[in-house]
Amino acid sequence: MALPRITSPHATGSNRTQQVMLQVLLATVPGILALTWLFGFGTLTNLLWASACALGFEAAILSLRQRPLGFFLKDYSALVTAVLLALALPAYSPWWLTLIATGFAIVFGKQLYGGLGQNPFNPAMLGYVVVLISFPVEMTSWPAPHSVGLIEGLQHIFGWAALPDGWTQATALDVIKINKSLTMDELWAQHPAFGHFGGAAAEAVNLAFLAGGLYLLYKRLFTWHAPVGMLASLALMSLLFWHGSGSDSNGSPLFHLLTGATMLGAFFIVTDPVSGATSNRGRLLFGAGVGVLVYVIRAWGGYPDAVAFAVLLMNLAAPTIDYYTRPRTYGHRKPTRGFNLGE
Amino acid sequence: MSSPSYRDITLNGLWKNNPALVQLLGLCPLLGVSNSTVNALGLALASAVVLICSNTAVSLVRGVVNTAVRLPAFVMIIAALTTCIELLMQAYTYELYQILGIFIPLITTNCVILGRADGFAAKNDPGRAAYDGLVMGIGFGGVLVMIGAVRELLGTGSLFANMHLLFGPGAADWQLTLIADYKGFLLAILPPGAFIVLGLLIAGKNRIDQVLAERAKAQQVDVPAPSRRVRVTGVIE
Repeated sequence: MALPRITSPHATGSNRTQQVMLQVLLATVPGILALTWLFGFGTLTNLLWASACALGFEAAILSLRQRPLGFFLKDYSALVTAVLLALALPAYSPWWLTLIATGFAIVFGKQLYGGLGQNPFNPAMLGYVVVLISFPVEMTSWPAPHSVGLIEGLQHIFGWAALPDGWTQATALDVIKINKSLTMDELWAQHPAFGHFGGAAAEAVNLAFLAGGLYLLYKRLFTWHAPVGMLASLALMSLLFWHGSGSDSNGSPLFHLLTGATMLGAFFIVTDPVSGATSNRGRLLFGAGVGVLVYVIRAWGGYPDAVAFAVLLMNLAAPTIDYYTRPRTYGHRKPTRGFNLGE
Repeated sequence: MSSPSYRDITLNGLWKNNPALVQLLGLCPLLGVSNSTVNALGLALASAVVLICSNTAVSLVRGVVNTAVRLPAFVMIIAALTTCIELLMQAYTYELYQILGIFIPLITTNCVILGRADGFAAKNDPGRAAYDGLVMGIGFGGVLVMIGAVRELLGTGSLFANMHLLFGPGAADWQLTLIADYKGFLLAILPPGAFIVLGLLIAGKNRIDQVLAERAKAQQVDVPAPSRRVRVTGVIE
């Protein structure tokens, strides 16, 4: 019997970039299924087209920068950016919208800063914000759940026909933002499609992303700090400023945790190892900052949902957080703060 | 110091030492008002006129202004000229004056103008100083108008809208709608668009310089080098 002679170390490197990215892609599957169940094939076409665009842009820029194509394409980081972006864009996005978003994400968000590991901002969120502020009409037209047929969907993607009336539906965050006079019970009674809390059945999507995120946590692709920081601070803020069930209510904590992009943000965006904070304490702070900003913009800002803006703002703050949360190196005493009169 | 030739002044102002692309001076108006061609052109003309006049005036008084107080003196000259331009624009292009707003008085603090006054006009004769002002004004204004045109085209799909603000009612129909049914790429008109377009222009200029340098190098290689053997013992004639 031939025994393979393998020298130590026997632990195999399981955390190579490619493996990590593949796990992240795998973890988005529940979310993709939930979105597809709700909105039809629009999410899948988004995914396919965004992936193709991202790989194309990545290859083009890599060849311009004279970097090895295969090596960088095979780390799947562009694919992860494309998938996260495609999940964030409205289902059945027009083809040019996805093209511009992925172009900005890959070219401006990532490659112009020097490629994977050098980007100060989360590329997917950068691409999302660019198209959100450039094309507000297209970016806010989420189709109503279970409403879109094959032909209609294709027409919208390729821009053959004008938008049919009643295509779009306000999301729960929109409705609660513009509500002035109805109590919460009356509001939900008017919009039965919203389900009880998440809104536009977004709780199903959010729970699916939560499941994927917990899988990644189980696989130890990231630590619990950033997601817990974000979800806890979001829950705390929405508890403090809930205002009960009257017409001035900002929505319950459960509503905020399970609506919009909360879970996608908490487990797939905030946990980005490149653009986030580095130390565990820093990640907790980073996540908490995102959670507070998400609530502030949702409740008092101009946009219904805010994960992308909050993440970009906290990306800017990440170097400062890192500066103030440097872990103590082993063997060094804690630094004394202020005057040390004892010695 | 011998005075530079007119050819060098031209090359410096338009390309090698372009105030917007190389010196990166006057970025505030460059980024602030370049959201449409007409705004950019208006400010470019105003800045160029101030630049030419201030260069000439500074060159004329260069012998009588003490070095220690030269900067305040130059700023006074520039501020006076800016006030003239502001009043002229108020009189003849009132709407554009209102759109450009604070950026017209801010011409006073445009570093291109003070930079040329101190760096060039204070050391050269009035003819060269005025010509330098003209070329630098074209260099700065050209980039400004280019950014304005690109941003207007990307942002709205048309070019030369509202030109009547600058050239009178006859220019009202100059607008070119290049892309019908354009959705409008709002980002290009918002501040990030200015930074991105300027960055791309600078990258383009650097690329052209790179290509020119490579070509010049390649031409040098083409000159047949004198044949030389590597291993020789002694000298072979």
